[in-house]
Amino acid sequence: MNLIELLVEPLTYTFMLRALAVTIIAAVLCAILSCWLVLIGWSLMGDAVSHAVLPGVVLAYIVGAPFALGALVFGFLAVALIGGVRDTSRLKEDAAIGIVFTTLFSFGLVLISVTPSQVDLNHIIFGNLLGVSAADLWQVLIIGAITFMILILKRKDFTLYAFDPTHAHALGMNPKLMGAVLLGLLAMTSVVALQAVGVILVVAMLIIPGATAYLLTDRFGTMLVIAPVLAASGGVLGVYVSYYLDASTGGMVVLAQGLIFVAVYLFSPRQGLVASRLAILRRRKALSTAG
Amino acid sequence: MSSQAEHPWAIDVQNATVHYGPVQALDHATVQLGRGMVCGLVGMNGSGKSTLFKTIMGQIKPDTGSVQINGQDPQQARKKGMIGYVPQNEAVDWDFPISVREVVMTGRYGHMGFTRRPRKADQRAVDEALDRVELTAYAGRQIGQLSGGQKKRAFVARGIAQEASIMLLDEPFAGVDKRSEATITKLLRDVADDGGTVLVSTHDLHALPQLADEAILLMRRVLMHGDPTRVLQPENLAMAFGLDPMKRGGQ
Repeated sequence: MNLIELLVEPLTYTFMLRALAVTIIAAVLCAILSCWLVLIGWSLMGDAVSHAVLPGVVLAYIVGAPFALGALVFGFLAVALIGGVRDTSRLKEDAAIGIVFTTLFSFGLVLISVTPSQVDLNHIIFGNLLGVSAADLWQVLIIGAITFMILILKRKDFTLYAFDPTHAHALGMNPKLMGAVLLGLLAMTSVVALQAVGVILVVAMLIIPGATAYLLTDRFGTMLVIAPVLAASGGVLGVYVSYYLDASTGGMVVLAQGLIFVAVYLFSPRQGLVASRLAILRRRKALSTAG
Repeated sequence: MSSQAEHPWAIDVQNATVHYGPVQALDHATVQLGRGMVCGLVGMNGSGKSTLFKTIMGQIKPDTGSVQINGQDPQQARKKGMIGYVPQNEAVDWDFPISVREVVMTGRYGHMGFTRRPRKADQRAVDEALDRVELTAYAGRQIGQLSGGQKKRAFVARGIAQEASIMLLDEPFAGVDKRSEATITKLLRDVADDGGTVLVSTHDLHALPQLADEAILLMRRVLMHGDPTRVLQPENLAMAFGLDPMKRGGQ
């Protein structure tokens, strides 16, 4: 079997085409959002919100409402509870985050265990890339398109919010609202990504691509290109490898993104570990020969 | 700026009291600043300098009193881009992937549309502002790769590009060498000469008379507001600092 056949064969299956489509959409969307999350320092918040949407999604399933709606409600509920616990007790934010999202996540698990359903709700937890239905794909497309448009059209405002919210305020903008919109988009994105890799691993797609891109460039605009390209590449690679190894698809997608991060972390031209160590060695050598 | 000229004060803070929980940060502070001048804000750490800035910016709503900017509600004034501010060093993420030019361009966002796409006029304003602060050659650099003084000038350029009539600077001379301090001082004098109002908090009391036309001595209350040399009299400083800080480690 040559390379072309290797690449084309899986595409003869509809389920693989859908899996690839959802993977690419989710990867691109998460990657774009992750650029802001990483810079604002909201990685933990991404973790929290992406887990906390679980009960919302299950409840939405039970009452027949759109998943995105349930996710939005519980995403904001999580943020409000975290803020509430932090501000009204002596606990710091990391503890508040840890308490709130695990409790909400557990609530979701319990709901799943007592809800009789035709579809396996466990797919929400671990993702079900190979079982994406046409309806799932439509939902991902619609939510993805809306979120993508808002992020791209308002990207400069979000970047200003991440860099200097006080200046945004000084210009008469509303930084609190901007933060709330970003968190809302985070909840929506979680819905898209949980189709791909499941609730547990969404956070990986929300942090790894932005972090990887940040190690490669000093330009935010460039980050917004590098992150989705690398994330989608890792995603496609993961889906193919999982097909041939018959391994967990969601797991393989995140594993591929993680390995790309490791490569960049080690070999990034300027920020990379190897480059900076070499620079130190070279400087030492220059000093010793000069002396 | 001519349309604002009817109102005597660019910044008019009346009787502002601010609490953080049980801690009082500002106590019935009244600050009125005119146009075309630099005012130095002097006081110990914790004397309410940053709180006063936040009150003027409208980030904090005072428990009592009111704030007007050029005779207008602060929210209106902010929307019109009247207030420019230069953040403290610690308030900025210097590793942020943003260039000097992009930072200055954020000053123009109030002039731009929904997607903040710069027009020719915006590009020109940014070019001119960078030229004024002599950072044209550094425009492409990542913001953290500037020296301490250059960083401050970049943010002053942002205020200039914004066409802000009021410039607030919180400790712009902290961690800045003497030469850069002189450059920034000249820059702020220029802004004032163009009719702007500049409020600067500073610990460098020796340089205050060259910098400022007026000075405010703050200790939660406004202890004194007037000519810098008068404010710097030892007996006046003693009210705010408890001793004469100019003698300690002075020249």
